Amino acid sequence: MTVLAIKGLNVTFSTEGGQLHALKNVSFEVPERRIVGVVGESGCGKSTLINAILGLLADNGSVDAGSITFEGEDLTRLGAARMQELRGQRISTVFQDPMGALNPVLSVGRQMRNIQYRSGRSRNEKDARSEAMLRQVRIPDAQSALAQYPHEFSGGMQQRVAIAMALMMRPALLIADEPTTALDATLEVATIELLQELQQDIACSVLFISHHLGVIAELCDDVVVMYAGEVVERGTTRQVFHAPCHPYTRRLLECDPARQSGRTRHLPTIPGEVPDLRHRPPGCVFATRCDQRVDACDKTPPDVAVAAGHVARCVLAAAR
Amino acid sequence: MLRYSVKRLGLALVIVSVAMLLLFCMIYLIPGDPAAVALGPRATEAMREGLRIKMGLDKPVWVQFWNFFSAAWQGDLGRDVLSDRPVATVVMEQLPYTLALIFGGISWSVTLGIPLGCWAAVERGTVADRIVGVLSVAVIAVPSFVVAIYALLIFAVALRWLPAIGAGEPGDIGDQLVHLILPSLAVGLGWVGYIARMVRASMLEVLESQHIRTARAFGLPERMITYRYALTIAILPTVTLLGVGIGQMLSSAVFAEIVFARPGVGKLVYDAILTRNYPLVTGAVLVTTILFVLLNLVADLIVGALDPRVRSRL
Repeated sequence: MTVLAIKGLNVTFSTEGGQLHALKNVSFEVPERRIVGVVGESGCGKSTLINAILGLLADNGSVDAGSITFEGEDLTRLGAARMQELRGQRISTVFQDPMGALNPVLSVGRQMRNIQYRSGRSRNEKDARSEAMLRQVRIPDAQSALAQYPHEFSGGMQQRVAIAMALMMRPALLIADEPTTALDATLEVATIELLQELQQDIACSVLFISHHLGVIAELCDDVVVMYAGEVVERGTTRQVFHAPCHPYTRRLLECDPARQSGRTRHLPTIPGEVPDLRHRPPGCVFATRCDQRVDACDKTPPDVAVAAGHVARCVLAAAR
Repeated sequence: MLRYSVKRLGLALVIVSVAMLLLFCMIYLIPGDPAAVALGPRATEAMREGLRIKMGLDKPVWVQFWNFFSAAWQGDLGRDVLSDRPVATVVMEQLPYTLALIFGGISWSVTLGIPLGCWAAVERGTVADRIVGVLSVAVIAVPSFVVAIYALLIFAVALRWLPAIGAGEPGDIGDQLVHLILPSLAVGLGWVGYIARMVRASMLEVLESQHIRTARAFGLPERMITYRYALTIAILPTVTLLGVGIGQMLSSAVFAEIVFARPGVGKLVYDAILTRNYPLVTGAVLVTTILFVLLNLVADLIVGALDPRVRSRL
């Protein structure tokens, strides 16, 4: 069963400098109870993807083509009211910066109670539910934590509170937007373990967005590699990490500091820059930075299935 | 919170002391002999000398200041030259009227300004937003005495909906409230504009913040997001602004009290200046200063009560 299926999704923003094609022909699936990682550099369209799924694109952004099917409903065609019903209940989100993501002037208990406003439970039942959830994310003294305000918690605790809020309504899909980027390394491991444990318990699917390849490799079942608003490669974590088929994926893996063996004065980078998305090149979007460029790259590259479930958007992948 | 309150109260005392020093300098520097002014042109030099000694004017300046300063802290602000009653008593009789006027002005500005500003922010860029913007600037630009005169002419004289003068029957709260409507509008109308602009600006800023995005991602109703999640934060700077604005309202109150012939500290000061009743002027100004400092303190404490971050920093 597929929880989330994105097909041919195109998102554009109208800006003063013209139409900005932020997502181009994005397709991938999040199967039930699986953790799918999305990797890519800053500005590759990860945030736009989240906003498109949540129906929270900025006013100047629009879905031009494609569908986002969640539990049988196409989210791109849903009315605002139905979409609002799904958010926080069936699709939930944990954001990057926990301090900024929590309301500073409302107590944690109040915010958790508000998230349950649709449940029809009494106030006491809601508070009991919040407390149980805080205990589940291992907040010490959960009962008094309800009366506290976000700034009274440490960064790691804030992120656990945010996770508790996101999973309180037992959603089918959790979107985790770089949930560990703002945390230090030891907290990162603890948070990842907590997410894994809760995912097992709630039996939800997770769309895990990160630029940290190590975390993706550790946590995710499937990986989606994004570059300049396109999915350049997707497959199981094993397929993508052990047999990358897109030159961009290969370069990205080479640049991962964790993979450097031996001492080096300079960390490797990919030369060149991400193209201006207002003027997309007609052919392959990575062609200008690619060291394996051929003439066929001037035409729109096909999505090539190199193995079952392993797809790369590159003409060279077909030749292999 | 307690430590903060004590600290702020200490600061308030220092501010009042400095205000007293300035006030004393002001009176001391006014040209002319207070004794001569008080006794009039037909008094003899001996009478003037007698009064000078009685008023302590023969002593060195710093002794005069110390006498004024220590007496004032004990609630003795001197005696009214005309009626020979204690100044403190005279001012305290008038204070409730001015307080009612100020709170009436704040009520107008808050009950109209906050919803208007909030509405303009939610509807930003629309015709409604522009209209609120233009109206806000217009009411800020009109001086309060002009508002007072036009309000009087339109609602009291032409339409006869509301009483024109006085503060209403003593003891009759309803009548006093009816008499308060127009003067407090004159004091508060400009502030409707200020607060609407202020709330709009801070609402727009808060609505852009990450936690509002989170609230939307949790599917909370837009009304809850606007009023519970955003407005609670957006009104904080407005409360601070109002605390400072009370100073300006106190000066508007002088005009409102004169135009509407209401009793009050402003009217008292006005009359005292016309009759050169200096002890009364000093006393009334001092009481007004203390009132301003205290209301500012109240505004800071309200911010502390509304914002847990401020509360815990104290």
